[in-house]
Amino acid sequence: MTLAADPARDPGHDGVQPSGAILPARGLGDRVSAVFWRHPNVLLATLLALPLLWLVVVYLGSLAALLMQSFYSIDEFSGQIRREFTLSTYAELLRPANMDIIIRTVAMSAAVTLGAVVIAFPIAYFAARYARGHWKALFYLGVMLPLWSSYLVKVYAWKLILAREGIITWATDGIGASAVLNGILALPVIGGNSLSTSYIGTWLVFLYVWLPYMILPMQAALERVPQSMLEASADLGASRWQTMQTVVFPLALPGIIAGSIFTFSLTMGDYIIPQIVGSSRRFIGQAVYQLQGTAGNIPLAAAFAVIPIVIMLIYLTVARRKGAFDAL
Amino acid sequence: MRHLRLMGTTALAAMLGVTPALAQVGALGTPEGKLNIVAWPGYIERGETVADFDWVTKFEEATGCMVQVKTANTSDEMVALMNEGGFDLVTASGDASLRLVAGGRVQPINLSLIPSWGTVDERLKNAPWYVVDGVHYGVPYQWGPNVLMYNTEVFGDTPPTSWNVVFEEMDLPDGQTNKGRVQAYDGPIHVADAAQYLMFHKPELGITSPYELNQEQYNAALDLLRVQRTLTARYWHDAFIQMDDFRNEGMAASGTWPFQVNLLQADGVPVASVIPQEGATGWADTTMMHVNAENTTCAYQWIEHTLSSNLQADLSVWFGANPVVPAACTDGRGMQTAEGCTKNGFDDFERIRFWTTPVTRCESQEECVPYYRWVSDYIGVIGGR
Repeated sequence: MTLAADPARDPGHDGVQPSGAILPARGLGDRVSAVFWRHPNVLLATLLALPLLWLVVVYLGSLAALLMQSFYSIDEFSGQIRREFTLSTYAELLRPANMDIIIRTVAMSAAVTLGAVVIAFPIAYFAARYARGHWKALFYLGVMLPLWSSYLVKVYAWKLILAREGIITWATDGIGASAVLNGILALPVIGGNSLSTSYIGTWLVFLYVWLPYMILPMQAALERVPQSMLEASADLGASRWQTMQTVVFPLALPGIIAGSIFTFSLTMGDYIIPQIVGSSRRFIGQAVYQLQGTAGNIPLAAAFAVIPIVIMLIYLTVARRKGAFDAL
Repeated sequence: MRHLRLMGTTALAAMLGVTPALAQVGALGTPEGKLNIVAWPGYIERGETVADFDWVTKFEEATGCMVQVKTANTSDEMVALMNEGGFDLVTASGDASLRLVAGGRVQPINLSLIPSWGTVDERLKNAPWYVVDGVHYGVPYQWGPNVLMYNTEVFGDTPPTSWNVVFEEMDLPDGQTNKGRVQAYDGPIHVADAAQYLMFHKPELGITSPYELNQEQYNAALDLLRVQRTLTARYWHDAFIQMDDFRNEGMAASGTWPFQVNLLQADGVPVASVIPQEGATGWADTTMMHVNAENTTCAYQWIEHTLSSNLQADLSVWFGANPVVPAACTDGRGMQTAEGCTKNGFDDFERIRFWTTPVTRCESQEECVPYYRWVSDYIGVIGGR
């Protein structure tokens, strides 16, 4: 062991040893670490290189490729893809059948989000304000549990529950409420032959599958509402309803918006649920799948895939203004 | 002995300096030890799904060719994989096989190297979906019809005789309307089923092939499908979801594959199937060899195996399809029986129009509506347009 290596062991020594802070490099490791010390940006770049490469090449690269495809078109005569810039594929989106798909998907996403807000708020409020100890653990378990089981299993289970000869029909028959169920199914547009072949059914399954994504951010936001504010509100003579309206809800709004980003975007991108439960009318995801797969119409599939991206960008911009990302 | 002969021919070929100048293989060499196949899901089973259904293990033991299967879910995926290369064989349907031939991705098959070729169904030996200008670009693998399945409790003793139960609104034998109680396939190829129905009922349209439609004929088919939309609660896409709908949604009739009929009947669901008076559409698959196949000897041995082993019989039971070797129905080489073949539509070959890809330049007319338009328009029809 050299002196230079371990001056601390010999504090009484008063030789020619330089200050303890500057030591000769002991190998490659030291030299590399010295470079990093002197040029912190190099360290940063080294650490970020891999994730950045992933982000740029895999993530943005694939997005760019997608975007490019959407500016190509399919030749009407031969069915071959023409690799020339054109907006005609986007114009094709405006055809009534394709507009139907977009409107249908956005309307379903909005309905699922609204439904999720209405159902999730009381649950999240209870969990954030009243549940303690074991109850809180139970709440987390209850909310998370559906997330742990297979998505497909859940959807197939719902198909059985909603079937014409399923448990809901059986139960409504049992309590003599089949007239109510038939009345609901007779509703125009959202009704259908049975719950499992109607928009109502599709909506219910979406709602069930994505609900945890709404509850969790909402509960996080509600927990951050300070107790003192509620007390102040009460001291100033506000009723419970007024407190809820003017204090709790505005403060919880970022959490609600954060949750709605999940429910909205997840619904918009899903193509499995509407295939299993619903009336076979296409959603954007299904249209993309079918157009790129069997039809070989990749430009139109790409143009369809751009729609949710655009809608989500607008949505996220609005959400950011409302401070939704503070609650994530 | 056979092995010796193989070695002999290889040696001879090597001595004479015979290189395969012809596109097709002249003689077999030693097995390469592996074989890569692109296949439909469920087409090449090694007993891993259900132990009884295994037609790979024995082949591997006998030849030493280890089989690697890459499954593809659509004909387009198959074509794409074959274009990429690296595969020896593909089980191509009629809507992919001619594309592969036209694209030069598959090579002619030397039938003299397949001893069991003689046992192949005469009706398939020169089928137009794999024989081009008299050259065989493959060997038939399996075929099946799209039958009309119906609920026997609804129809009683009078099975439907026409596809009209799924195309036009009417009261079924149980006195209730068919509205909301019928289904249709959600693939755009279903347009052909409508065209075939019109071929029979509206001869004035002049349809000669349901896969070759001019604009007027195509519009008529779409109009019929729009009527069908009002009757259909849900279109079927996944075989198992359709089976579930016949169990739990009170479905009365639908076009389907014998696969679903067999499984439902095995479960005691009251269904049966017919091929109605208009005939039916169907699929016919062919084993084809990649133009740059590396493992040609194993590939030829596999093709021979597909015809001579338990494969034809057991696959036809497993998939609800028909063997391309008629003897497989009766000679007990596998689980198939004469009754089973009849049930799967073996005797109805003449009434089946096999899937082919609709193309713009069609044979029977000047110009036909191509497949990609079938796709977007069928999406529109299902969406209520």
